[in-house]
Amino acid sequence: MTSQLDVQNIDVSYGDVQVLDRVSFTLEPGEIGCMLGPSGCGKTTVLRAIAGFEPITHGHILVDHTEFSSPSFCLPTEKRNIGMVFQDFALFPNMSVADNIGFGLRNWHHKKKRARIQELLAMIGMPTSAKAYPHQLSGGQQQRVALARAMAPQPGILLMDEPFSSMDVELREQLAREVRNILNQENITAVLVTHDQNEAFAIADRICVINEGRIEQQDSGYNLYHQPANRFVADFIGQGVIIPAEVVGEFTVKTELGVVTNDMPITANLGDTVDVLVRPDDVIHDDDSGETAIVVEKAFRGADFLYFLRTDSGTEVLCLAPSHHDHKINERIGIRLNLHHLVIFDRI
Amino acid sequence: MPVLTIASFLLQSSADVWQHLLDTVLFDYLTNSALLMIGVGMGTFSIGVTCAWLTSVCQFPGKRFFAWALLLPLAMPAYIIAYTYTGMFDFAGPVQSLLREWTGWGYGDYYFPEIRSIGGAIAMLSFVLFPYVYLLARAAFLDQSVCVLEVSRTLGCNLWGSFYRVALPLARPAIVAGMSLALMETLADYGTVSYFGIGVFTTGIFRTWFGLGDSVAAAKLAAILLLFVFTLVLVERGSRRQAQYHHSTNRYQNLPEYKLPGIKGLIAFVACLMPLLLGFILPAIQLGFWAVDTYEEMVDESFLKLTLHTISLAAVASLLAVMLALFLVYGRRLFGGKAVVASIRVVATGYAIPGTVVAVGVIIPFAWFDNTLDAYLRDNFDFSSGLLLSGSLFAVMFAYMVRFLAVSIQSVEAGLGKIKHSMDDAARSLGYQPRQTFFKVHLPIMKGSVLTALLIVFVDVMKELPATLILRPFNFNTLAVRAFELASDERLADSSTAALMIVAVGLIPVILLSKSISASRAGS
Repeated sequence: MTSQLDVQNIDVSYGDVQVLDRVSFTLEPGEIGCMLGPSGCGKTTVLRAIAGFEPITHGHILVDHTEFSSPSFCLPTEKRNIGMVFQDFALFPNMSVADNIGFGLRNWHHKKKRARIQELLAMIGMPTSAKAYPHQLSGGQQQRVALARAMAPQPGILLMDEPFSSMDVELREQLAREVRNILNQENITAVLVTHDQNEAFAIADRICVINEGRIEQQDSGYNLYHQPANRFVADFIGQGVIIPAEVVGEFTVKTELGVVTNDMPITANLGDTVDVLVRPDDVIHDDDSGETAIVVEKAFRGADFLYFLRTDSGTEVLCLAPSHHDHKINERIGIRLNLHHLVIFDRI
Repeated sequence: MPVLTIASFLLQSSADVWQHLLDTVLFDYLTNSALLMIGVGMGTFSIGVTCAWLTSVCQFPGKRFFAWALLLPLAMPAYIIAYTYTGMFDFAGPVQSLLREWTGWGYGDYYFPEIRSIGGAIAMLSFVLFPYVYLLARAAFLDQSVCVLEVSRTLGCNLWGSFYRVALPLARPAIVAGMSLALMETLADYGTVSYFGIGVFTTGIFRTWFGLGDSVAAAKLAAILLLFVFTLVLVERGSRRQAQYHHSTNRYQNLPEYKLPGIKGLIAFVACLMPLLLGFILPAIQLGFWAVDTYEEMVDESFLKLTLHTISLAAVASLLAVMLALFLVYGRRLFGGKAVVASIRVVATGYAIPGTVVAVGVIIPFAWFDNTLDAYLRDNFDFSSGLLLSGSLFAVMFAYMVRFLAVSIQSVEAGLGKIKHSMDDAARSLGYQPRQTFFKVHLPIMKGSVLTALLIVFVDVMKELPATLILRPFNFNTLAVRAFELASDERLADSSTAALMIVAVGLIPVILLSKSISASRAGS
């Protein structure tokens, strides 16, 4: 049942406003993709275009090599065999859980339909809630019913629009993992929209970072963090600061926190000044280090401290230190750079 | 369309009759209408806001009962309450007779306020129209977050201080909206003022039309009345827009209930009881007595026929109105084109247009069409079509649609508006076409509001007087028209059976309304 999704260079406009600008990505059968970006970047529009709620003005959307959308054609939503989970779940309040899940199965044989509903109820871990009504369920339960309803007709592609945004933070990642297990189990191709990178990391095989209607980078979560393609991605994914550095060798740059040796040759010319991304975990707290900085602010995060530091020349960096290294504000502490793979941008 | 017709007459050259009106009665119409509006405005404001505040934040005996019972006067059409009070308080009525019996006074020995006066009309209209203010003000008080009230208390306001300085200003848009509704009804009222012999626009239109036979002048009067009404509509719209902001927070808890002990509680009790007593209980009792006296001679075959007429007319009108409303509102949801939105806007103002104006606005183009068609057919085919539209139930029905479609649209819109768009999308993504979605998802969810719309239009049509009076075909009567005719002939007691039936039917939507309000308290 599972399908391949191919989005090719699509544009979507609302009136005169162009919301999507040549968005392309491909998901192989069973792969889970994620649209990640700040609010208003157009990520939900991608989903709505795939669902057929929004016509596209350029490009193609193909599912299993069949055209679903093009500038001159838009297959009606109800014929696309897609499942969709909505941000507010959109459960029908006048129907029981079983009726909600069975809503898309109207042409199924009675017995088969009941069996499918039972199967899904078991899958979402709510086998006894068939007769309950949506308002009697907790947010997490409603979310799972919405997922079951979308999956009931065995859609080729499952679309999820910020499905966890109304959940508690603790519940979110747990649910994201659960959903990932269910999707993997059923081998469903899915597209998720979120603005929460942890959610994206927890669920997606491939993440598209979107900004102002364009895909800035698509990759795995690990690569987005460690090899951001541009400043936007570097800034959006994870924390960190960008500090200036001078290229002093084929493999080395010199920053005010010390000389760093890269694991591969640097493309910039010798003597150029470039920008280098420094993540909090790249800055090690080391009392023996000669380099020092002053604690400007600190945030206790349980297992570790996130320190906001300022060097003598005024550059600010972040430092992740183990929880027992409790320093006061305005205290001067020793730091050391622990960087082996540099993320270098041209200076602007 | 009726609005356009009426408006076009503003520009038409003036006939003699118009000049005559201008010289004689127009000034009276203006002053009387203005006096009525000021009086009713003050009356509804003081009664409505007081009751709303008492029943929403104070605790006193009978509070729960009053909370819904204060809506009951809405079921009492103003013209009916006017007959009953006249019957009760005029010279030969029970009150004055009793007074004379006790004191031995004779005619002319004492002062007794004349009920059939502009003061009387203000009182009558205030008694039955204050629930509009009460309703909206109470909803606004209940919606106000308890936090703002508590903040005002911590900043040193006492109960009355927080009422004047916080609650009242916050509820102002709602109160203004309620008052403009009441004033629209005042302007639209025909039965009361005509029965009391007060010259205002509605009676003037009627008199000019049927007495002087001048449709142009009548239409001109109607046009001036429309100007008044649209001013009110604008005021109401404006205040509603502001009303969006009176949700000061999203956090709700149970409203504090200030206990009013002993004598204060009694005062509150009386303050809430009086409007209810005057606006509903007394007239209802009087009607009941009369009806017991006279029903034997009144309830006969023709009365049953009358009832059947009325009910079938109301049923057809309400079905039609709801179907049209569903069509329009759903059309907007699906396509949302500017044309649909605009047409809904236009239709939605219909309720504000007085029945007399609608009638005049409907009959002029219809009569023109009929006469033209008739003349054409006669000239060419030697065949008379007669009054095809204007003399038929079609005209009545059309007028009802103009006037009451707004009501059904509002109700249906409210119901549909609560259904989030993601529901539509969900149904579509599960393989349902728009039409199937409508029947499978929307209609079941909103069946409550569709039912409400049906009922409200049904009752409104039953109560409707002026448009029916003007447009009805010969020998076709409704209960409202019958009651009015009998009362106009000073057969007050005889009219009571019909009046009581109207009131009884009118209770249905009021009870529905009060139920839905008590159920809709935000956050609970």
